[in-house]
Formats: sequence, structure tokens, C-alpha cells
Amino acid sequence: MSAFDPRRVRVDTPLLGRVINGRPITYLDSASSTLPPRAVIEAMDRYYTLHHANVHRGVYQTAVEATDVYEGARAAAARFIHAPGGADEIVFTKNTTESFNLLAKSWGAANLQAGDVVLVTEMEHHANIVPWFQLRDARGIDVRFVPVTDDFRLDLSNLDQLLDGVKLFSFTATSNVLGTRNPVAALARAAHEHGALVAVDAAQSVGHQPTDVVDMDADFLCFSAHKMLGPTGLGVLWTRAAILASMPPFLGGGGMIADVRLDGYVPADGPTRFEAGTPPIAETAGLEAAIRYLDGLGLENLMAHEQTLTSDALARLDARFNGRVRVIGPANSVDRGGVLSLDVDGVHPHDVAQVLDQFGVCVRPGHHCAKPLMRRFGLAATARASFGPYSTVADTDVLLDALDSAVSMFG
Amino acid sequence: MANLDDLYREIILDHYRSPRNRGELDAPGVVRTEGYNPLCGDELTVFLDVRDGIIVDIKLTGHGCSISQASSSMMSAAVKGKTVDEARETIERFKQLMTVHQTALDDRAEPVVADLRTMGELAALQGVVKFPVRIKCATLAWNTLSQGLDDAYGVQGTGSQ
Repeated sequence: MSAFDPRRVRVDTPLLGRVINGRPITYLDSASSTLPPRAVIEAMDRYYTLHHANVHRGVYQTAVEATDVYEGARAAAARFIHAPGGADEIVFTKNTTESFNLLAKSWGAANLQAGDVVLVTEMEHHANIVPWFQLRDARGIDVRFVPVTDDFRLDLSNLDQLLDGVKLFSFTATSNVLGTRNPVAALARAAHEHGALVAVDAAQSVGHQPTDVVDMDADFLCFSAHKMLGPTGLGVLWTRAAILASMPPFLGGGGMIADVRLDGYVPADGPTRFEAGTPPIAETAGLEAAIRYLDGLGLENLMAHEQTLTSDALARLDARFNGRVRVIGPANSVDRGGVLSLDVDGVHPHDVAQVLDQFGVCVRPGHHCAKPLMRRFGLAATARASFGPYSTVADTDVLLDALDSAVSMFG
Repeated sequence: MANLDDLYREIILDHYRSPRNRGELDAPGVVRTEGYNPLCGDELTVFLDVRDGIIVDIKLTGHGCSISQASSSMMSAAVKGKTVDEARETIERFKQLMTVHQTALDDRAEPVVADLRTMGELAALQGVVKFPVRIKCATLAWNTLSQGLDDAYGVQGTGSQ
């Protein structure tokens, strides 16, 4: 194996020291939120201990340091996703959901009229559906969906037809329910050929594989810090500088203006225009530490590691439960992330998760904010297990034993 | 530590595996009420046939976890054949059973509840309060029944058709 060793990540992750119901925690909910390494926690602690002040305003020493922390993280985020225009293309938001709302409410409201079409997919998180429905209800745009096949992939057989007249194609890089990895660059190319812009939901991909917005051929990218070993409360919207410059402000208030008079205001230029009010600052210190940590592990290594775990888990689930536990997602690990949505025959996902909790196993029951996708497969909910950099086959061992117990309890 | 056996009592599993009063009613005057648990996706439809203030029949459709399914089944068995007044009283007592008292969240204390002797099978659901996130699973059926009675017969009155 390469320099990457999940056991080292485990040592670096304090929460993995918890004991739940008398057993060591088995954390399999990284698709919901990843566990931060000590380096991330210490970076935020160090910020509050040594540097805290409000950003962009003071001239005193710590105010300058706080601004350096904040702007340094913006530059780190730009490098991390290979933003061609650098830090000026990175807008800090609250999370991926807010990034999509900013996209819809700023770019969408300025560029979409009644009859314009936004194309999304049936496997989107509600964050990439509801803002478009809101715009549809307010302005009369149309929202179209790329269907999903029975093999849990996007059905691209009618893509050209679906892209006809589309202004924006907005889709996820990796499904948070199915684990399916979509062919981002190919989809983006097709969209561009139809004159549409491309938005990518990278929430489930940034912490698990390398991200290069130029290779992706994306125009917008949305992601959250807490799904890539960083803290909650911080997200990113990336777009090319030229597009950003044309977008009207989103939230109004302090920090986002160039001037305010009694008869009006002039918005600031660049990302600041979209960052009204005091932003999360310590969280940006955490994000930069998370980026450094992920770079140290190597995202190629992480991708390979999670692929190995996923292959192993898929094979063992199949062998042990003989169809009683169905995986709602691609059956092999090709073009697939480490997300395993489980449908246990005769046992409701909430009961599965409750029994698993007794074993210290953390999985997520529910619709995973993707109700159209759940309906597509006739499900109300699944119990979802998902891997992170600290996951090992030992986690899968515990998961399988705990599932066995759930199956026999309700059997 | 809350024990899984407190939650999944045998009688609960029995109602889950063999739910009582499943199906629909379509007689004239039947009241149909839908209940949802948006967070977990549980759905329940209660069909009530009330004549002269008596619940002569009740049927249920829907899906959900073992707790919500068992609670619905037990609810239907508890109120079938009862007067609307008696049903409302049972709803109240059940809600009291599901109320999380401070002491109920303390691992060492037993929940403080209504008089369990009058609750029959329903008392088996008392363990749910030790798992606070599951309380809404248990109360769905009762809230839906309550809504059905309110819709059809007025919030106060026991009415008759």
C-alpha cells in the first residue's frame, strides 16, 4: 500500500475514541458529515486562542491576522479545486444548500425568464431541486429531470432532447443515496454544446476524490466543509470570475457593499459581494487545515481506499445475506463512491439503525433529502452506511454482525 | 443505558408482524384521515366508521417502522367498539404515557406514567420514552385518530351520524 494508512487517520480523529453502548464507535455516516481530525479542531482552537477579531475592518494586529486566516482559506479552497481564477472565484457560504440558493437566487433570478429551462437529475439532493422549484413558482421557469435507470445510473439515452433549450444543467458529481459517480466532464460537454451552463453538486465528492473544475468543465461548483473533514457552518460556491462579476448580490447588509448613501447602495466587487455580515472565520481556519490534511493523505489514495472498502462490503453483504439485504445503488464499485444504501427485507430502516446503534454503529435511516429518487425506487427510506478516510474493513465486520442481529430480531 | 428490549417488547413485534385491522373501509359516512411523519417518511391512513357515538369499525393502511406500525395496530384494537368519548380518553392517556418527564430521561429512573394497569397492551409501548427520537413514531397513529375524530365529530362533541 502507498503512504496512506487509514489506521493513522483513526489515531488522528479523536471522536473515534468514543465508546457507544459499551462498544467502540463504528462511524459509517460520513456521507452525512465527516469526522474532523485533530489538526482541524486545533486550527479552530488556535484561531480563537490567538487571532480572533472581526475580518476586513480593523488595522490592529489580530484583526489583520484574522483577515489573513479568512483570505488564506479562500486561496487554499481555490487551489484545492484548481479554480483557474484563484481566490477571487471562491464565495464562502453556510453550506452546499446555501450555495445552491445563492446560485438560484442571484444568477438564476438575473438570467432566467419564464419558459427558460433548468435541467437537474432524479438523483439530486433536495438542495439542488427546491431552489429551482422556488424559481419556477416565482418566475415560471421550467425544471426538467434526467431519469435514473434501474441500474442506478443516469439515463442519458435522451440527453440531447432533454438539453434542448436548457440554460443550466445542474447535477451531482456523486449521489448521496446511491453512491453513483456521474460522468461530470462528459455531461458538462454535452450541456455546453447546447449553450447551457453547468453547475456541479460536489458535496459528496470533494472529500473523496481529486477535484479539478477545469477538467470537470464546470461553471459552478457547490460543496460543504463538513463533508471533507472540516467544520459545519461553512460552504463554498465557486464560479468563473467573469460569471461572478455579472451576478447581483444575494443577502444585503454589512461587508457586501462598496458604498451606502441615503438614496441607495453600491455592492462590493468579487466574492465579498455575496458575504454579508460577519462570516464564519474559525471555520475557514478549519477548512484550510482540512484541505492540508486531505492533501497530505492524497485524494487519489482516498479514492482507491474507499473503492476497496466498497468492493469488499458489496461482496460480503451479498454473500452473507443472500438477497435479504439489498443495496440501492450500483452493484459493483466501478464509478461508485463509498455510499451503501441498505434495504433490509422486512425491517424498516429506522429499526435497522436502532439495532445498529446498540452495536455502536452509526448509519443514517431516512430519505436522505432525495425524495424523488426514493419514490423512483418505491422506497420511503433506506439505512445508509458510508465510508470516510478513517474507515476500515473492521467497520464493515461490525456492520455485518449488527445487520445480522437486526435481521434475526425482526425475522 | 436504554436497553433495546425495552423498545422492542415481544407484544410490539407481534403487532408489527401481524398488524390488526389492516385495510380500508368504504361504507357511507366513513371518515378517512391521513397522517404523516415527514422526517421518517411514515404514512398512515385511518378509516373510521362511527355510528351513534360508537366506533363500530376502524381500518388502517400505510407504512412505517415497527414502532409506528405496532402502535397503530394496538391503537386500532384499543378503540374498536369503544365510544368516541372513551377513545378520546384513551388518546389522552396514551399521550401522557409518551410524555417525556425529566426523570424518564435519567437512565436510572423509570418513566413516570399514567396508571399502567388501565392501559392493557398499550403499556408495552412505555419503553419508547427511553428512546426520545422514536416517540413521534409511536404517537403518529394517535394523532391521526385524534384528527379524524375532530374532523368528523367536532373538537368538543361526541356527535353521531
